[in-house]
Amino acid sequence: MQASTVVLGVIGADVHAVGNKILDFAFTNAGFTVINLGVMVSQEEFIEAAIESDAAAILVSSLYGHGDIDCRGLREKCQEAGIGDIRLYVGGNLVVGKSDFVQVEKTFKNMGFDRVYPPSADLNEEIAEIKSDLGID
Amino acid sequence: MTSDMRYILCADFGSTYTKLTAIDMQALKILGTSAAYTTVQTNILDGYADALALLEKDIGTLDYDKRLAASSAAGGLKMIAVGLVPRLTSNAAKLAASSAGAKLIATYSYDLSDAEVEEIFNHRPDMILLSGGIDGGNKEVILNNAEKIARIEYNFPVVVAGNKAVAGEAGRMLESGGKEAVITENVMPELNKLNVEPAKAAIRELFIRRIIDAKGLAEANAMMSLEIIPTPLAVFNACEALSEFGTLTAVDVGGATTDVYSMADGLPENAAVIEKGLREPFAKRSIEGDLGVRYSMESLIKEAGIDRIAIESGASPEAVTAHCKICTQDTSAVFPSGSTAAKIDNALAGECVRISMNRHAGRLETVYTNMGEVQLQTGKDLTKTKYLFGTGGSVINSSAPETIMAKALYSQVDYDILKPENPKIIIDKNNILTAMGLLTRVDKQSALSMMKKELMSEEDM
Repeated sequence: MQASTVVLGVIGADVHAVGNKILDFAFTNAGFTVINLGVMVSQEEFIEAAIESDAAAILVSSLYGHGDIDCRGLREKCQEAGIGDIRLYVGGNLVVGKSDFVQVEKTFKNMGFDRVYPPSADLNEEIAEIKSDLGID
Repeated sequence: MTSDMRYILCADFGSTYTKLTAIDMQALKILGTSAAYTTVQTNILDGYADALALLEKDIGTLDYDKRLAASSAAGGLKMIAVGLVPRLTSNAAKLAASSAGAKLIATYSYDLSDAEVEEIFNHRPDMILLSGGIDGGNKEVILNNAEKIARIEYNFPVVVAGNKAVAGEAGRMLESGGKEAVITENVMPELNKLNVEPAKAAIRELFIRRIIDAKGLAEANAMMSLEIIPTPLAVFNACEALSEFGTLTAVDVGGATTDVYSMADGLPENAAVIEKGLREPFAKRSIEGDLGVRYSMESLIKEAGIDRIAIESGASPEAVTAHCKICTQDTSAVFPSGSTAAKIDNALAGECVRISMNRHAGRLETVYTNMGEVQLQTGKDLTKTKYLFGTGGSVINSSAPETIMAKALYSQVDYDILKPENPKIIIDKNNILTAMGLLTRVDKQSALSMMKKELMSEEDM
């Protein structure tokens, strides 16, 4: 596995492109090799890119409130595709409305995500955590 | 521009015919063409001599400055492409082999299974293109596949165009199995970025060095001024040259396969459309081994549906079945224009054109989001291509070639397929594309002038 390779994209029918560009910029600057799939990325595209690039993590963004539906089953599909151990991260405005983030985090962790970030997450802290998870100093 | 060459002879060694085209480079015109029956089993040079005798009867004996040849004899350049993910490196390998003029017989993905290894052995390929993993990406699968391919007890060379970190190791594994391995750049160095030229060059080099001999073309090759190239590559070169006049698509309908060429960047015509997946190359060829009007008739009818052939030709389904039987027994059968059989043949050729173009062209999908309607494009948008060329025996010898070619056009039924909407349809009546493709190798400008003169009228420009 390539510890510093990550696959990035905005899942589902979500076309929010700005955050995606910021994440690409920030992770690239932090020394990651970013495979950026852009917006409207399906689960299959994330998985195919991760297989081909031997990525250590998939970073899923979702801004439009349908993250719950879009992300379900991603971990299971990774397992079927032979990359069940890959780290999965998700962040953004994951559900509609002002839900309690503790509940949101629980929902996504139950789906098999390793870390879940709210819209207000600090990008530098996020990157530091992910680096530590992947064993990069 | 005047050329210091006077006469050039172009030869196309086919599986059943050798076709010759004599060209006057000063007058920029085709002096004559001829065709004679050949088989590799006898001697390809007999067919060449027969065709030359026929040509000389027509135009006299000339002193040719250059002799150029293409070949699709002995099954053409039979290749297999192997990659990792079907939509990614397998597709890239497929595009690279196709653009090199190969007759692609199969494409495999992921770790090869025992059954697939057996299939490869049974296919007896002339060459394999092995890819897998972007640079810096997956290493295991290409190595596993190299090891499995190395053990296949049949001698073929392998072009290794996968993850650069392990390409050398994959090559050594193949060599330990007695296979020649040519290492070249990755067909997909970065995700969704194609890099087909190095693999294409490696395939060409191997074709010249190993396949020409193996196909019994060595003597013919020795008579030529430049090495023999695969016939589809000559057509590819002709299309690439023609793209100077504007974007184009071309369909070549044969007895066994149907080839589609597109020379266009294929980017979305509408700026609001989002591109998905692999951005395909400007010059793209696809080859459909299951679509042809003779050898592949059965699979064609299965795909198109017998009722559709019946409706298109105005014949009964029973007549189509009967026709199929006759043509399977006699693959060189031709029928008088206007006969039911000829109408069925036209319908079959039309279906080859329709289905192959459906597979070649990109697609537009409309997705309804809470941001409104969004359109996604995969593959090439060919709706605005300027020209549509038709070639291949069953198109050019038909009484209704334009009707056959019109099946390539955009239609409401396949509203999501980005096929040419309103191109100028041009038929390669005198079957010159292969010869012109060969000519581009020595004098591209003259080839262009001649194609303009032979194929296009003033209003086409």
